[in-house]
Amino acid sequence: MRHAETTAGAMGHSLPMKAGRRGELWRRLRRNKWLYVMILPGLLYFLIFKYAPMYGLVISFQDFKPYKGIADSPWVGFKHFERLFTEPDFLQILGNTLILFGMNLLFFFPVPIILALLLNEVRVSVFKRTVQTLIYIPHFMSWVIIASISYVMLTMDGGIVNELIAYFGFQKVNFLLSPEWFRPMYILQVIWREAGWGTIIYMAAIASVDVEQYEAARMDGAARFRQIWHITLPAIRGVIVVLLILKIGDVLELGFEHVYLLLNSMNRRVAEIIDTYVYTAGLRQQQFSYSAAIGFFKSFIGLLLVMLANRLARKMGEDGVY
Amino acid sequence: MIEDRTISGRIFSAFNYTLLAAIALASFLPFVHVIAGSFTTNAELAASKFVLIPKVWSAEAYQFIFSTNTIFRAMAVSAGVTLLGTLLSILISSMMAYGLSRRDLDGRKPIMFAVVFTMLFNGGLIPTFLVVKELGLIDSYAALVLPIAVNAFNLIILKNFFQNIPDGLEESAKIDGCSDFGILFRIVLPLSMPALATISLFYAVTYWNTYLNAILYLDSSAKWPIQVLLRQIVVLASGIEYSSSLDGAVPPPDQTVKMAVIVVATLPILLVYPFLQKHFAKGALLGSIKG
Repeated sequence: MRHAETTAGAMGHSLPMKAGRRGELWRRLRRNKWLYVMILPGLLYFLIFKYAPMYGLVISFQDFKPYKGIADSPWVGFKHFERLFTEPDFLQILGNTLILFGMNLLFFFPVPIILALLLNEVRVSVFKRTVQTLIYIPHFMSWVIIASISYVMLTMDGGIVNELIAYFGFQKVNFLLSPEWFRPMYILQVIWREAGWGTIIYMAAIASVDVEQYEAARMDGAARFRQIWHITLPAIRGVIVVLLILKIGDVLELGFEHVYLLLNSMNRRVAEIIDTYVYTAGLRQQQFSYSAAIGFFKSFIGLLLVMLANRLARKMGEDGVY
Repeated sequence: MIEDRTISGRIFSAFNYTLLAAIALASFLPFVHVIAGSFTTNAELAASKFVLIPKVWSAEAYQFIFSTNTIFRAMAVSAGVTLLGTLLSILISSMMAYGLSRRDLDGRKPIMFAVVFTMLFNGGLIPTFLVVKELGLIDSYAALVLPIAVNAFNLIILKNFFQNIPDGLEESAKIDGCSDFGILFRIVLPLSMPALATISLFYAVTYWNTYLNAILYLDSSAKWPIQVLLRQIVVLASGIEYSSSLDGAVPPPDQTVKMAVIVVATLPILLVYPFLQKHFAKGALLGSIKG
């Protein structure tokens, strides 16, 4: 260290312009050395657990064998990607994934916005705080807990929902095993867990709206709905666009854990999504390269879509996310 | 703002309050149902069609699940992972966030870009699994902590919070001969308690709720955290030690038993929630708005 510094210092004397700047950089690096020490553990984390797996994606162009490692496994080009698009299973799984994504966008995305608008109209602050406290809670529960509570309530043997259905004289419904109930169950659980928490960001955006605008609108005789439509909604448009872009980037991130917990042999036809397929093909059946190729495809599409959506938003005059 | 006193305004208000009350109840009642159901007998639960307040109170479900140490052990695993994991995560995250919050640090832009990029693109399940395996972490508790030790979103929230602390405080500390570590631990962190409370809660909840990494990386059921055990008891109802220790056939666990296990796994979060609730809404926004 010390030696290196004297070298830099000497260079600084002989070449005043260029090396002077370099000497200054060196001094800054030295002065901040403890800051670099602080950053190091976190940086190592990202390198090992985020960037090493990205490098590991090269196995999707190999016939990877764990005992051979990346260095000695044979390269096979796009073989696994070709298989991907010819596999009839895969098209169905991609379809399932896209349907769940569409439902997310259609049935979940607007809910926090509507909830936030409704909450904003509440003038009794105790009521407002109580409602907020209650609807945030499910966000902190694991998917296992959400799925378990759903399970004990929906099961055919003694679940409260089916008991009530039977009590009113209807046929019991096998929510947990029937394919047609998987998608509604999935989206309802997403709404139950995340809708309340999702209001926070919109509430903050709404809070920044100038109160005088509402007063003026009321003077002009604008009713509640018109105030919401013409003042509140435009004010939070930027936030909505940003969250929409992020959501679109997550097109294929539907929550592996969540779907995996709902998946069973009876509803697999509609419930198998890319993530669960990667898990089964990769870890259960040890097809490392093939499933890495599927994962790669998924991540790549996600990145592409977020960039596309961002561009679109900028064209429409919004800020975008980056 | 004042209440809208027109007729349409009143109708809207009545409708709005009713709807919101219904939504709040709907999101909370399932928990009440499960808690109530866990404190009654199985016969009572089967007989009365709607249990919010059971007529017969009983703790037999809890006696049953605590009759062996399976639940205790899983709770201890989860508690240990949560405690140590949160400490480690907060330490690494706040050090990194502080470094990156200093504008005079060369290289902070590319490092920040590298962090944000991991939010948009990732290697995915299989390559991550292979890295964890290569590090020899399979079937170790470390596999439940290290792969999720730093969360990019939490890191950015902390960094933004640190950035808003007036530079003057740090400058004067430095003139007094305080080192960078001294500034972080004696000045910056004590001033950042609301943000730290929020981020600790986020990390703690993530660790307590760990399920996926446990099924990916753990082989031995003795190391299972509570979420995996809960899943086994509620849905799969097999491979649980206490039911196989019962003689003869293995009946699926009673509905009350399942509910009791759900309550046990949920309770720690419900207990800390009221204390931290006032911080986190504010904390969650610190990062997202300034991005």
